Amino acid sequence: MRGLVAAAGAVALVMASVAAAAAVTAPEEVKVEDMTVAASLTGQPGDPAKGRSVFSSRSLGNCLACHANADLANELFQGDVGPDLTDVGGRYEPGQLRAIVVDSKQVFGEQTVMPAFYHAITDQRVRKDLAGKPILTAEQVEDLVAYLVTLKGK
Amino acid sequence: MKGQLGMAGLGLAALLSMGSAASAQDADKLVINGDLEMTTRAPAPEGLPFEEVISGWHFREDETQALETDDFDNPGMLMVERGQDLWNEVQGAAGKSCASCHGEAAESMKGVGAKTPFWSAEAKRPVNLELQINQCRTERMQAEPYKFDDPDQIAMVSFVRFQSRGMPVKLDLDQGDMKAWWERGKELYYTRFGQLDFSCASCHEQNAGKYLRADYLSQGQINGFPTYRLKDATLISTHNRFKGCVRDTRAEPFQPLSDEFMALEVYVAWRGTGLAVETPAVRH
Ligand code: HEC
Ligand code: HEC
Repeated sequence: MRGLVAAAGAVALVMASVAAAAAVTAPEEVKVEDMTVAASLTGQPGDPAKGRSVFSSRSLGNCLACHANADLANELFQGDVGPDLTDVGGRYEPGQLRAIVVDSKQVFGEQTVMPAFYHAITDQRVRKDLAGKPILTAEQVEDLVAYLVTLKGK
Repeated sequence: MKGQLGMAGLGLAALLSMGSAASAQDADKLVINGDLEMTTRAPAPEGLPFEEVISGWHFREDETQALETDDFDNPGMLMVERGQDLWNEVQGAAGKSCASCHGEAAESMKGVGAKTPFWSAEAKRPVNLELQINQCRTERMQAEPYKFDDPDQIAMVSFVRFQSRGMPVKLDLDQGDMKAWWERGKELYYTRFGQLDFSCASCHEQNAGKYLRADYLSQGQINGFPTYRLKDATLISTHNRFKGCVRDTRAEPFQPLSDEFMALEVYVAWRGTGLAVETPAVRH
């Protein structure tokens, strides 16, 4: 009896994780329409606090390499390759911010130097351990979008 | 709609880059040991989107710049002196030193570093100083070729190029197949690499004069190589620098001295036409 319950629990768990996995939109499935990706990539809202650290972390978003952001004024050396993002949440809809992070090239054009953060590159000599992997996970993109929405200027 | 935002984005980027271009690099003059005036800005060769090519020296802070103005302060000079000793040292089964064939480097090597890479009729390819020196070692001295980035190799390359310090970079693209190598190098310069999807131009052409986090981006010129890098506390070879920059795009770099990096060196050297050879330059 006890074994049975455990087994049933395990099945439920597997099903839950399948459902969660199914809800994540893979990089190649994301469609940028009207410069917008309207739906969450995970089906869930992101966590702005986590998004803040994705933004500043050098190994994740490393957004400060190119963008200033007054909300992170304690971080020295903010780049100026791209526009200041201090009030970017007031300038774009969430769906537009998601599109910019997912694949800025589909929003600003091929010329932009901003990397596509949710787009898998397999060629162009991508480091072997990173080939076919997007820079950020769907969850990290959602956390980032939730954070960018909060940037309304200082 | 897509086009519109794209245009707005581009317009903004263009405005920003115009704004910073005026104030980006300082107007200091590089004079070494009080008397050697260096050309650190030159009219850009035709085909570049810049008006001027600018030495990386202008993009560095005053304290870093100062180290290059006096040979007593320039930490790269130690390796140049080491190269001087090696020049005269007999190595290899033929019982020869560089000096046995070439005599005084100040005379025989003057100008060589300014036209590097140059066409080698023997090798039927462009060679840089690393390759030319190794060719001399194996064929004329019967000595082992230097391993890439062996400190003795860096010392010898620096010493040879130092004999051209102050002379303007000028390649001869009419020799052999130099033009085809230049074309290949140009193609590589504009090819995006790695997970971050950057070409050399993404950083050194589109964004020279901007900050990438703490890094103040220069035009990525090689007139100063081998260059003393304060961060590494040693002289860095051209292909080592290329490797680092490609690695920063999260790509697998090409091998040093590979055809790809040789083609890139031909092209990047050409992009610095008219700039004085600064070897050993000092950067941070
Ligand atoms: C290597 C440079 C680079 C990096 C890294 C980068 N961006 Fe950008 N970004 C740009 C540039 C340049 C633009 C302006 C668009 C254009 O003209 O190409 C831009 C535009 C934007 C915009 C639109 C801003 C506006 O005012 O129109 C947003 C939002 C944005 N980036 C977010 C991010 C986030 C979030 C990250 C990190 C996950 C990031 N960027 C990383 C270069 C970069
Ligand atoms: C992600 C940005 C980036 C990319 C892409 C990049 N570089 Fe760099 N590069 C830098 C930074 C940062 C420095 C150090 C600051 C400076 O001098 O610009 C540098 C320095 C250099 C220097 C030294 C300049 C000097 O005066 O000492 C050379 C040469 C160079 N890069 C060549 C290249 C070439 C060739 C490529 C393409 C294969 C390339 N870089 C791609 C960021 C980049």
